[in-house]
Amino acid sequence: MKRLFLIEFDKLYANRISRILVFSYFLLMTSIALIAAIKFDFGPIKFHLAEQGIFNFPYIWHFNTFIAAWFKLFLAIVIVSMIANEYSNKTIKQNLIDGLSKKEFLLSKFLMILFLSIVSTLYIFAISLALGLTFSNYTELRIIFSEMSYLLAFFIKLVGFFSFCFFLGVLIKRSAFALGFLILWQAFEGILYGFMRWNLFNDEKIADTIAQFFPLNSMNNLITEPFSRLSAVKKVASEIGADFGNHSGVALYEILIVVAWICIFIFLSFKLLQSRDL
Amino acid sequence: MKQILRLHNLSKNYGRVHAVKNLSFSIEKGNVYGILGPNGSGKSTTLGMVLNVINPSSGSFEWFDSNLSTHKALQKVGAIIERPNFYPYMSAYQNLKLVCRIKEVSLNKIDEKLALVGLLDRKNDKFRTFSLGMKQRLAIASALLNDPEILILDEPTNGLDPQGIFQIRELVKKISQMGTTILLASHLLDEVEKVCTHVLILQKGVGLFAGSVDMLISSEGYFEIQAKDPDQLVKLLNEVEAIGEIKPTRSYYQAFLKSPLEVDELQKYLIDNNCVVTHLVKRKERLEEQFLELTKNQNP
Repeated sequence: MKRLFLIEFDKLYANRISRILVFSYFLLMTSIALIAAIKFDFGPIKFHLAEQGIFNFPYIWHFNTFIAAWFKLFLAIVIVSMIANEYSNKTIKQNLIDGLSKKEFLLSKFLMILFLSIVSTLYIFAISLALGLTFSNYTELRIIFSEMSYLLAFFIKLVGFFSFCFFLGVLIKRSAFALGFLILWQAFEGILYGFMRWNLFNDEKIADTIAQFFPLNSMNNLITEPFSRLSAVKKVASEIGADFGNHSGVALYEILIVVAWICIFIFLSFKLLQSRDL
Repeated sequence: MKQILRLHNLSKNYGRVHAVKNLSFSIEKGNVYGILGPNGSGKSTTLGMVLNVINPSSGSFEWFDSNLSTHKALQKVGAIIERPNFYPYMSAYQNLKLVCRIKEVSLNKIDEKLALVGLLDRKNDKFRTFSLGMKQRLAIASALLNDPEILILDEPTNGLDPQGIFQIRELVKKISQMGTTILLASHLLDEVEKVCTHVLILQKGVGLFAGSVDMLISSEGYFEIQAKDPDQLVKLLNEVEAIGEIKPTRSYYQAFLKSPLEVDELQKYLIDNNCVVTHLVKRKERLEEQFLELTKNQNP
């Protein structure tokens, strides 16, 4: 396990472009903290975003994981090129000849996906904790550590998205085309949803029920948009002790759908790798 | 003798094309093997199959006479096929470090092997700055990192300049003298003749011959001969029992031997019959002639 991780870590770390991308990714995540600096001061109108309740525990877990998930595209580029480069340099062939099995090759890549996702999750946890402790109106332990399921959802969302990218990398073997396909797929899901919603069933409920199983859609569903909840949180802020707004949180079945996709993508990547001649 | 690799009826089809057809042979420890064959005869496909990068269509192979899985066995093999494949953005040292991790050998062999191929002073330079010859030498260093039981080289001198070819040949000789089993695929016959003890001849995916070089060149050789009166010469030669086929070339005849016959015996016979010889040399057949002979029969 350690051997496979080190193999992949060496490959990634020696690549300057990957290093820069990973670095920018974490820099961008840090930039969430800059939101705290947004202040308007027009004479009588004073507005300080950080004091509007967005950094209140436990809402901050929801808000930050939702925002941070947008930056995953940076790592997606790293993941896709991580596999596409192996094909274009033909190093995958040399790795196999040197005595790495196809399974080990795949596992070393998947370990890197897990590693990047875990580090991202820990990082967003640390940033949110620091911001929350600075700006939150509530700092009781019980409240701070409630709704941690958003971190789990964030982690699963990343692993799911990266597994999809990885699968596209294996399938298409070229980073640019794989990323293009990713965007195309997003559009495809949208069009398919639209078709089901307005043409096929003419029913939002049925269309939603089916669309929740689409890979990218299922990942997006994990963390719902936090903005509509903000007003509720604000209201609650004035009635301390009340319930923290009505929200669905993270549903277990949604996590299971994404976990299923992760298994499918990794399995398909393996089958593809196994059946191909290099 | 210890068996290193054994192939049983290995085949590979690409659609309707049979790249390799029912190939069986085995490789024993300590020998230097050459796989000969024209371009597209299935050499690389065969090597690709035993090296786990091409899935065989049928048949099987086994490494080291055991049930070892292919990738575990390959950790004990050193192989370079076609072009040297490394990470261009990594230095020579970093690339070899990665190979050490894959093969599960210690990192302290790296400097020794880089020195062997003469790249120690370039160890911290990026792979993409290397010339083709240097890349090929780095590939050999990489293949030797685990002190392999067998070294597999596929066209190691392809695309190199004469100096590079010479360096690689010297290296292969040096390595074979250290007792490493070598499997060398090439379409360059003199390359194989110079270093190999055994050959496997492939054509259109079919194995035509497998055995020692001596076995292949087992014939008695032939005479290159010419006389003042060629008609008389041919007539006389036809009467010699030891001589089989007689082939005219541009400036002399080739008389192939069926059984041993020495130069002096033949000369005496001709002189006794008043035939004046202008040219007479006895030659051993070379690999090239045997090879062309063998492959010709397959082309009706």
